Amino acid sequence: MKIQKTPLHSIHCKQGGRMVEFAGWEMPVQYQSALEEHLAVRTKVGVFDVSHMGQIEITGRDALSMAQLVTCNDISNLSNGQAQYSAFLSDQGTFMDDVVVYRFDPEHILICVNAATREKDFKWLSDHRRGQVEIRDSSQEFAQLAIQGPASEKVLQKLTEVDLSNLRFYRFEKGKVGDATTIISRTGYTGEDGFELYLAPDKAEKCWEDLFRAGKEAGITPAGLAARNTLRLEMRYPLYGNDIDESRTPFEAGLGWIVKLEKEFVGREALLRQKESGPKVKLMGFELIDRGIVRDGFRALIDGTEVGTVTSGGYSPSLKKSIGLVYLPLEKAIIDQPFEIDVRGRYCRAVVVETPFYERSN
Amino acid sequence: MNVPDDLLYTEEHEWIQIEEDSATIGITDYAQRELGDVVYVELPEQGSSLEVGQAFGSVESVKAVSEIYAPLSGTVSEINERLEDAPETVNEDPYGEGWMIRLEVEESAEVGELMSAADYRSYLQEEID
Repeated sequence: MKIQKTPLHSIHCKQGGRMVEFAGWEMPVQYQSALEEHLAVRTKVGVFDVSHMGQIEITGRDALSMAQLVTCNDISNLSNGQAQYSAFLSDQGTFMDDVVVYRFDPEHILICVNAATREKDFKWLSDHRRGQVEIRDSSQEFAQLAIQGPASEKVLQKLTEVDLSNLRFYRFEKGKVGDATTIISRTGYTGEDGFELYLAPDKAEKCWEDLFRAGKEAGITPAGLAARNTLRLEMRYPLYGNDIDESRTPFEAGLGWIVKLEKEFVGREALLRQKESGPKVKLMGFELIDRGIVRDGFRALIDGTEVGTVTSGGYSPSLKKSIGLVYLPLEKAIIDQPFEIDVRGRYCRAVVVETPFYERSN
Repeated sequence: MNVPDDLLYTEEHEWIQIEEDSATIGITDYAQRELGDVVYVELPEQGSSLEVGQAFGSVESVKAVSEIYAPLSGTVSEINERLEDAPETVNEDPYGEGWMIRLEVEESAEVGELMSAADYRSYLQEEID
């Protein structure tokens, strides 16, 4: 598969980005220091290139009802200009992808999907087409930047006439950032206040430069995929492919809150059954007690018996300890449950903890 | 790229400082840069016996784990405890405060297998290209 480059590729190289391949895209994993980038987002402001993400638009007379059918959360009560975290589920109620749905109006729905699943998602949506709708993969028409951190509003406000103080969480508005027409959405994957910007690819470079000029005083820094991963992990936000996939349901993943069983959607029957019987496993957050760092794929054991596999693991820069997520059998999926992780042959003590791991103090 | 002249090196990017029968060992500036922020260092126990080529510990960054290999055979006489609470010292001062272990060396013939600073520099040139 050919490696794709985002419109910001040469800027990343210029800023010292260490480029790696991710989901078929060449992306910066970090610039100077993944730790510093993480902490900068938590205390000041950082900017991510997330142009690898996909955008699929459903338009036409029945756009809203089709979007309702293919997602498990309920967008019928959203206002125009409101977004929502949701998922595409299979007939078995398992994750095809986790997404953010943007309701422009009942005839225009934009869904932001993961890079690695974009093609699969598009085909799946086409297979579930219903009514008078057009389904378009518009990913090529969008570059996407995320500005995240307590200083993001202050910095972005310098570049736009949109009144950001009145743009609430999970709301979006179309406006100008610099001279670029942009969809400004108060969303993000870091747990900090921030915005995601959707704009034309040929405007992305200038937008990035504008952000850096406007944010210089605030200490703005570019942030890469490593920081993006440690930030989201501290918030217990799932990563598709690791924590959720086609073998997991929202109830197992602790995402029951995005499931609205009162409405019709693909996967509903399977989830009704699971709601009755209860899930057999649950995704839990844990901390390592002994010295060491947990990585994806490490085995979890209780009394010498393997009970699960770490789906996401790593070092938490904000908490200065190793944390992770693991599916545990229901009876062990309780706070303070002790267990062990096989860290490359060394059995380290771990304990189930409350999540999110990090709590915003600002 | 910092490659001090008075040290010896290995292809696995360790440096060695020999003083009589004692060898102080760490990882090079190139290695710490490749790794990124070091967040955890695992070292052997004092008194453990190492064979040349044996993996004796690991250095972990946010995204990666790298094993460290014994450049010489010997007995671990000292480990740098500072790295337990301040693993980032490996990034900040890889040849100084970031040292990892001291070995009591037995087989001085093994020292002859190590690279000089000039050889390591050429080796790095090839690695980077």
